[in-house]
Amino acid sequence: MSTKVDERDSRRAAALGRYWKRNATIMAVLLFIWAVVGLGAGVLFADVLNVYSLGGYPLGFWFAQQGSILVFVLLILVYALVMNRLDKQHHRELQSTDVITPKRSGRFHEAGASVE
Amino acid sequence: MSVQAWTFLFVGVTFGLYLVIAWWSRVSDTRGFYVAGQGIPAAANGMATAADWMSAASFISMAGLISTLGYAGGMYLMGWTGGYVLLALLLAPYLRKFGHYTVPDFIGDRYRSNVARIVAVVCAVFVSFTYVAGQMRGVGIVFSRFLEVDVNVGVYVGVAIVFVYATLGGMKGITWTQVAQYWVLITAFLTPAIAISLKLTGTPVPQIGLGSELIGEGTALLEKLNQIHADLGFASYTEPFIGSWDKLNVFCVTLALMAGTAGLPHVIVRFYTVKSVAAARWSAFWALLFIALLYLTAPAIGAFARYAMLDGLHGKTEEQLPDWFHSWEQTGLILWMDDGDGHLSYTGGDRADENELFRSGNLGSVQVAEIRLYHQKWLDGQLDGQDGRIVLRQAGLAGPDRDIIVLATPEMANLARWIIALVAAGGLAAALSTASGLLLVISSSVAHDLYFRIGNPHASESQRLLVGRMVIGFAVVVAGILGIYPPGFVSQVVAFAFGLAAASFFPAIVLGIFSKRVGTYPAIFGMITGIGFTATYILGSVYGGWSSWAFGIGPQGIGVVGMMINFTVTLGLTPFFPAPDQTVQELILSIREPEGAGPALDIDKSVEAD
Repeated sequence: MSTKVDERDSRRAAALGRYWKRNATIMAVLLFIWAVVGLGAGVLFADVLNVYSLGGYPLGFWFAQQGSILVFVLLILVYALVMNRLDKQHHRELQSTDVITPKRSGRFHEAGASVE
Repeated sequence: MSVQAWTFLFVGVTFGLYLVIAWWSRVSDTRGFYVAGQGIPAAANGMATAADWMSAASFISMAGLISTLGYAGGMYLMGWTGGYVLLALLLAPYLRKFGHYTVPDFIGDRYRSNVARIVAVVCAVFVSFTYVAGQMRGVGIVFSRFLEVDVNVGVYVGVAIVFVYATLGGMKGITWTQVAQYWVLITAFLTPAIAISLKLTGTPVPQIGLGSELIGEGTALLEKLNQIHADLGFASYTEPFIGSWDKLNVFCVTLALMAGTAGLPHVIVRFYTVKSVAAARWSAFWALLFIALLYLTAPAIGAFARYAMLDGLHGKTEEQLPDWFHSWEQTGLILWMDDGDGHLSYTGGDRADENELFRSGNLGSVQVAEIRLYHQKWLDGQLDGQDGRIVLRQAGLAGPDRDIIVLATPEMANLARWIIALVAAGGLAAALSTASGLLLVISSSVAHDLYFRIGNPHASESQRLLVGRMVIGFAVVVAGILGIYPPGFVSQVVAFAFGLAAASFFPAIVLGIFSKRVGTYPAIFGMITGIGFTATYILGSVYGGWSSWAFGIGPQGIGVVGMMINFTVTLGLTPFFPAPDQTVQELILSIREPEGAGPALDIDKSVEAD
């Protein structure tokens, strides 16, 4: 009985490890874009970018006062979409490796857990 | 109907609405009182977060800041929005998964320490009280400007309203009133922006209008603005890093504001009230979207109003000056000290000596009248006369008050009186929504973290609810007192609040979630050194007259250094102290695990685990 629990625990831990790695990658990519657009284009390179124009705005100025905000909103949108999908994928993985079973209500519980 | 009558009408209607919502959303348990029963839909929560976030300062002062700073105004725009990305990615979903009620809750449980919990409580209470002082004052000021009553009357009314909906409904009442307040404030902000954009550039979309050509001029607005700035001695509007805002300081302030935003307890706590982790992520998106509606428009208002002010005032004679100038002159937010030639001169930079436009600042009306009197004597050539321009310039009061930009924009655009009144209702909505969010944090820190988690862990639901209500009621009153006797340094103290949050909460929470190794003492030392450094530096610069000695960074940006100190001390000490015990390790793993894959966390059970 306990080895079954141990195996399940280690499968769950492994799945969590994979999930966490994917999470970390997504975060790193999004934060990189956040930094490049916000602190980069908006601040560090704003003087260089100001040579160019966009729609009547000098480009560096545009990034600082408009563009960076638009990008931030998009970043969170992408984050919500991708992570929520990743969560569902994680559940399917746990289901298929028998770590959890779906209840009729759609919620999950420990596979083999008795009513304690 | 006069502006005053319209304002009474709008304020009456909106306040009545808030009271109705307060009654409808009254709560009977602590889960309702602290986290709104965790049942707020993501989009509604986003609206509430946006209203909570946009204070009287955002609403009234930010556009004015941008109009004075030009490019550098972007620090505030990027800082206050970029922080939401940090919140969404690094904090919100994990704290929602954690499922407790407050930020000190997380710090106390993750670091297994009541010392850490108390440090967090002190920070949360301090940050929130300093912030709330400015809000109640803002309510009083809007009342006095638009309803022509004494500032203190406004504060009393504000206190009464917040008292009712905060004690009745706690977080639930606060959240739903914030939703209503969002719609009031965004309508009030966008309407004048659209109108002035139409007037100056012919397009109703302010963000496009800002890049467009001026009607009848054939040049782009920003180009014309830069040109006028150059003529009048001001620095270029769109060029970065001119004057005191050099690249280093713009970078540091922007980053400090971003990290500070992500560390402010009253914002973090907004993510505890949604139904699930997935909803928390969506709520962060909705919140930033709703915030962006205002923040993307503020630069347009800032630039339009700046242009209208320069074009409409400089070189004009008394008869040529627009009506809005005369009506606002009476408030002291804008003053004209003529040099005798009958033409108004608004200049800056190398031509600052010729400037004739000032503001009264903290000076009373008696003092201003006296300055005018002696200025007139000087004009008449009398011996005891004194050039008022020099007096005001030395008092640091050159140029109009920044707040006038948003408040006077509707009149600059010749908008109907009801729109002007709408701006008043919007400013009040912004101030009240932020004040209530802050008061909830203060209440929860004292009633939940100190009283329940530390003092009396076996308190019953009704005891906890009663204490929560008493504390929030008391906190509203104290906030009112701070509104009537404001510490004279409110805006600097708000900047301090951001620096403090960046240097204390942000690193502690991020490391708590993303590191399984960081233990109790390194975290506590990190928080204390981060706060200590930031506080000492800011108090020294504000009161001690220290110049910005640390790496050339001013007090507004020093939170970045405090944050790095916190991270460095915490991570540096970590190898020398034990790792967190098994319970905490499991806590961290369960926070990281997606929802529904493990047993739900129950706050009442975790108390016994202590």
